[in-house]
Parts: sequence; structure tokens; C-alpha cells
Amino acid sequence: MDGKTGTARVNGCGVCSQESFDEIGNIIDLYKGKEGSLIQVLHKAQEIYGYLPLELQSFIADGLGKSLSEVSGVVTFYPFFKTKPHGRHTISICMGTACYVRGGKKLVETLQELLGIQVGETTEDGMFTFVVERCIGACGLAPAIMVDDTVYREVDEEMLRAIIEKYRKEEVSKS
Amino acid sequence: MTESIKTLKQLEDIKKAYLDAQEKYDYIVYVCGGAGCVAAKCDLVRTTLLAETEKAGIGGKVSVIQTGCMGTCAIGPVMLVTPGNIFYTELNAAKIKTIVSEHLVNGNVVEEYTFFDAALQKHVPKMDDINFFKKQVKIALRNCGAMAYDDITAYIARDGYQAAYTALTELSPQKVVDEVKASGLRGRGGAGFPTGIKWQAAHDQKAEQKYMVCNADEGDPGAFMDRSILDGDPHSVVEGMLLGGYAIGASIGYIYIRAEYPVAIERIGEAIDQARKYGILGKDIFGSGFDFDLEIRMGAGVYVCGEETALMASIEGHRGEPRQKPPLPFQSGLFGCPTNINNVETLANIPAIVKNGGKWYAQYGIEDSKGTKVFALAGDVVMTGIVEVPIGMTMREIIFDICGGIPNGKKIKAVQSGGPSGGVVTEIDLDTPTDYKSLQQLGAIMGSGILIVMNEDTCMVDSARYFMEFTREESCGKCNACRLGTKRMLEILERIVDGEGEEGDVELLEELCEVIANTSLCGLGQTAPNAVMSTIRYFREEYDEHIRDGICRAGVCFTDHDKKAYPQRLRGRVL
Repeated sequence: MDGKTGTARVNGCGVCSQESFDEIGNIIDLYKGKEGSLIQVLHKAQEIYGYLPLELQSFIADGLGKSLSEVSGVVTFYPFFKTKPHGRHTISICMGTACYVRGGKKLVETLQELLGIQVGETTEDGMFTFVVERCIGACGLAPAIMVDDTVYREVDEEMLRAIIEKYRKEEVSKS
Repeated sequence: MTESIKTLKQLEDIKKAYLDAQEKYDYIVYVCGGAGCVAAKCDLVRTTLLAETEKAGIGGKVSVIQTGCMGTCAIGPVMLVTPGNIFYTELNAAKIKTIVSEHLVNGNVVEEYTFFDAALQKHVPKMDDINFFKKQVKIALRNCGAMAYDDITAYIARDGYQAAYTALTELSPQKVVDEVKASGLRGRGGAGFPTGIKWQAAHDQKAEQKYMVCNADEGDPGAFMDRSILDGDPHSVVEGMLLGGYAIGASIGYIYIRAEYPVAIERIGEAIDQARKYGILGKDIFGSGFDFDLEIRMGAGVYVCGEETALMASIEGHRGEPRQKPPLPFQSGLFGCPTNINNVETLANIPAIVKNGGKWYAQYGIEDSKGTKVFALAGDVVMTGIVEVPIGMTMREIIFDICGGIPNGKKIKAVQSGGPSGGVVTEIDLDTPTDYKSLQQLGAIMGSGILIVMNEDTCMVDSARYFMEFTREESCGKCNACRLGTKRMLEILERIVDGEGEEGDVELLEELCEVIANTSLCGLGQTAPNAVMSTIRYFREEYDEHIRDGICRAGVCFTDHDKKAYPQRLRGRVL
């Protein structure tokens, strides 16, 4: 397949700029022909774009000489790959065993109330995406939550409120 | 450009230079930088320490080293001051100021900030006197919390890469395999297969290309031992892989690590770069003519990818679905080549075994479970964290003697051992030794070493539902038994915890358990019923109370908690 098809498709994607398309193209060139590189390319692509819309999957498929169904099959198999954009902050509540038995369940409820969204959704203002993780490996600190890359330990409902408030305030002061 | 290491003398020189440099300091302060302490803001501790020692004019006399996890996640941030091995806990900036002026300047230990033993109701300042550390034997964790995780010279100063040097320059691959066999080491990832036998099989295969794989896809909820090793001592894993590669004749090794561990990915990546710089990875390592290099492959949030055939499919860039065995990986593994797969903790033991001999390792542990095992303690226990003990120690010793028992005056109800593939151990069985066989007889497993302590506020039916929900989510869907069976079981369990259980539900669950265990394709499905079988075995009366009397003695079920909390029963994915 030729690269042009990919170009056209990517340009049709609302969020992808010409520059970042070049970046993906370069990465594909780097990995092309190397056995087993699809998942690595997808990781890189998600790093650049934040998520993997169908247009991008299609471009990667063309670039690596694979079918879109194969690429899409891989993307949708792995929950780490996202096909929709996330909010500016991702709040993950850990529901590993330790966090579950120490009150993770209550935190899920509280956060649903606080943000007015369900697990897996993004707030209307695009500020928070709310996800539940299986285990973030911070079991000694249960119940733990993560906001982006920061881990908060032994979180209770009050703390959760304070954390959300903190991020909201930061956002206001920035703007 | 750093000179490639070709002689033992070079290694010894690096060690000497490092130790000499440390000698010059009056105090060395090890600040724990494990995941728990990072979350407790250990960085602030380190920067305050640096600023305060500078201010006090002793900056040049105190060495501040950030280490991996010391194991005491519950009481972080922690630090260790040597000489004296004084262990300070729950630190903050104000405490650091006092410790600097009192201890580091005046030489007086600030006892009130040292470790507090809740059982003894007193402070125990010296690490060597603390029960939590006293009974542990650290082999896989020998460097975790004891050195800078990001400095290859610190690793070499603790005799790192000496085993690899000796093996590559003096021992035959067969001899390395023999040592591992003699050690009696069994796979620490869960299945407990003898590592030496696995290596022998891979060694004996004739092939142009073989692969060595490190399974760092630690996905069991409750497991964080591999993470501690990768974060705190990545060079041990690199050296373990190098030794494995040499033993089986592989020139390339892959480390498959879950994307949820960004810190571990970064640190193992740095360790690989450092090892390359010193010529410890690459061509003609130590002038032995042996080539070996490592690559990192990131997982993408799929639990079943910890299963070896699924893991290999994922490295190959495919959907991580398990396949039928045989062929076993040593016959036809990654890209169809003979492949040997070991878990992180297994590999971290290897350098110590090759250096000190298989017999040395086999002195620990019991008859058919040699050596030590790392356990991750979490849940309702005073000292949550990581411990390493000789295999065979009883669960009671681990939970009560080492980890301080159950907090808030509660009673222990059960210990969940082995994660979603494991089962529960009840109070009366706590004196059983924690070895592979004994745990299996109780219907639990050693697994990767997870011990989740549950007090009387935990509902066992709900915990079974929790694990079944996990396996149902994580079932890849390839085989019917697992895909449909886990769903049906979850439905029944949900019905019971929602107060809609029916007479005969438990029998139905038992029947499903048997079918799923016997007919699933891979380990995930085969072990999926364990949590349910085990809770039925020990807590049948709780199931009956839920179904017949509408009672949940723990007060967990029959609220609309679950319905609100899990409207879509989904996990961390956004489609």
C-alpha cells in the first residue's frame, strides 16, 4: 500500500496535524520490516496523539503493510490503547484486592457523585476522565488512587474531595 | 566513553573506588524511594535532607542515597542512617530538620522518630532489632533498599556482575544450568516449575536462534514484589537474564513489562543502557566471545498476557491470546524458536545462586521448596509491604511476628493467598508452612506470593464475587469454558450478594467450577474457579446465610452499593 492513502485518511482526522503525522511516519519507517513491532508502534502513536482513532489505526496499518482489521483487532484487545481522547487529567481508582477490601468501592461511588459521570466517562469540560484500575501495585498504600502519574495513598472520601478541588483550583489559576 | 569491562580486576577496581568514596562520609543516609514512599513524598525528605545538611555545614560529610523499596510501605517515608543502622519512619520536613541537627551534627539518635513497634508499644531504633527485618532472609531482595537503584557502580560494589563474569569466563553453560538445578529454585511467578529443569530443556535444544524472556507482567491484584525488584534493583534482573541467556544459548532477551509500571520501565531501561556502556550487554561480553542484548517490550493492560504463550503472542505484536501447549516454549516459543521464560523474582535470585552455588541457596527452605520467597502483604495487616522469608515459615509467623498482626483490635478471618488463581487460608490453618505443596493441600496456592489479610469485616461471598468479576473481565474469550463459564458463575454470585440467591446455587457453582477447571485452555481459566471453590470449602455457611436467611454477617452485601458502584461493570478502559 502506498503512503498517500494514509496521508489522506489522517488528514481527515480532526485532531491529527501534519507535523505529528510526520512523526508517526518516521516511527513506522524505523520499525518497518522488524518482526513483531505493531504494539510498539501503537504505544508510540498513543504517546504522540494521546489516543488511537480509527484514521490513525488505518494509517499505521498501511505503513506496516498490515490489514486494518489486524491493527484494530490488536488495539481493541488491549485496554491500555484508547480509541477516544481522555480528559486533561485521568483519575484512576485502584480496585485491586487490597484497595477493594479497604474501601475502594466507596471511593468509586464518591467520585461518581463528585464528577457526575460514570466509570469510563469524561467530564463535559474535558477536565477529568474517570477510570478504574485492576491493580496499580501500590497495595501497601490501600486504598490508593492515581491522578495522571501521581499516586495518592490511603485515600478516604474527604481526601478525594480535596484532591479534586486541588486540580480544579489549579485549572482556574492557570486560566 | 566508559571502558568495556574485560577483566575481574576492572570490576574489583570499580567496587573499590565506590567503597572508598563512601568511606569518606561520616554518615550514609539511605532514603527509601520505593513506590510507597514516593507516594508519601519521600522526595521532599531527600531534598530537605540535602538542604539541611548543607545549611549545617556537613554537606560534604553526609552521603544521601535514594534506594528502592525497603519493604515497610505502611510507614513511609522511611530512611536508614549508617553507621548504627538507625531506622527513621513516617518522616516529614520538620522531623528531618531535627534529625540533621541532633543525629547527624551532634550524634544523638532521635528515638521518638524511629520505628515504633505497635505490639511492643515502644520505639526500636536499630533496624537489626526490629522484628519486621530480623526474621527475613533477603536474597532476591538483597539489594532492594540497600543501594542506589540507578547506579551500576553501586551494584558492582555489592558484588554485582561477578557471577556473570565468572560464568562467562570460567563456567560452561551446562555448569550454570547445574548450579540452578542444585539450588532447587522453582519459578516464582506462580506455577513453581523447577527453574533448572526448564533451563536444561532450553539448553538441550539445537537451534540457530533461541530467546530468553523475562515475564515482568505482574498482573495479579495484590502483587507488587516484582515491581519492587524492578524499581529497586534492576541490575539483578539484567544479570539474571544475561546468565540465563548464557546458560541456554540465547543471544537476545526480552523483558515484557506491564505498561502500568512506568517507573519500572524507566529504571530497567536505564540499567540496560548502563550495562551496555560497560560492555556487560552487547558483543563479546567480558571478552568471552558471548553476545547478548536485551530489549524491553511493553504490555498494554491485559492480565492474560502474564500467561507464557499469550505473552509471546504479545511480544510478536499480536492479540495476547494463549494457545494450546504443547509445543512448550522451549520447543517452539517466540517467533517459533526455543524460548525460556522466567519471572522477575526468579531471575533476581539467579546471580546470587551462581555466585554462591546452588547448595548455598538450597540450605534455605524445606524439602521440595528450596530457598526464599518474597511475599507482598496487604489488606488488614499492621505492616503492609514486602517481606522475603525462607520458604516453609508459617503464615502466622509472617503475619503476626513479622508484620505485627491485625490493626484496630480486629480478628483475622482469612488470608487470601495467590490472588485470583488462589484461595483462602483460615485462622485454624495459619500454622501451616507456606510452601507450594502445603498451600495447595489447603486449596490455596503460593502463586506469586500475594497475602491479602482479611478481617471479620470482609464478606467471603463478596470476595469470591470480586475475584470472579476479575477473571470474567480478564478472560480473553478464546475458549468457551472460560468465556462463558466465568460469566455464568459471576451472574450466580451477583445474584447471591444481591439477595436473590436460590437454593441449589452453591451446587451449581460447584459444578461449573469443575467443568471450567477441567476444560479451559490456559491457566487463567483452569484456576479461575479456585477463589469460589475455596470460599465454598471454608465458608459454606456464609453462602447459605446469604441465600436462605438474607444475612451477610460482615455487613457488606444487600446494599445497593454494588449496583451504584458498577453500573457498567467495567474497568479502566474507555472505548
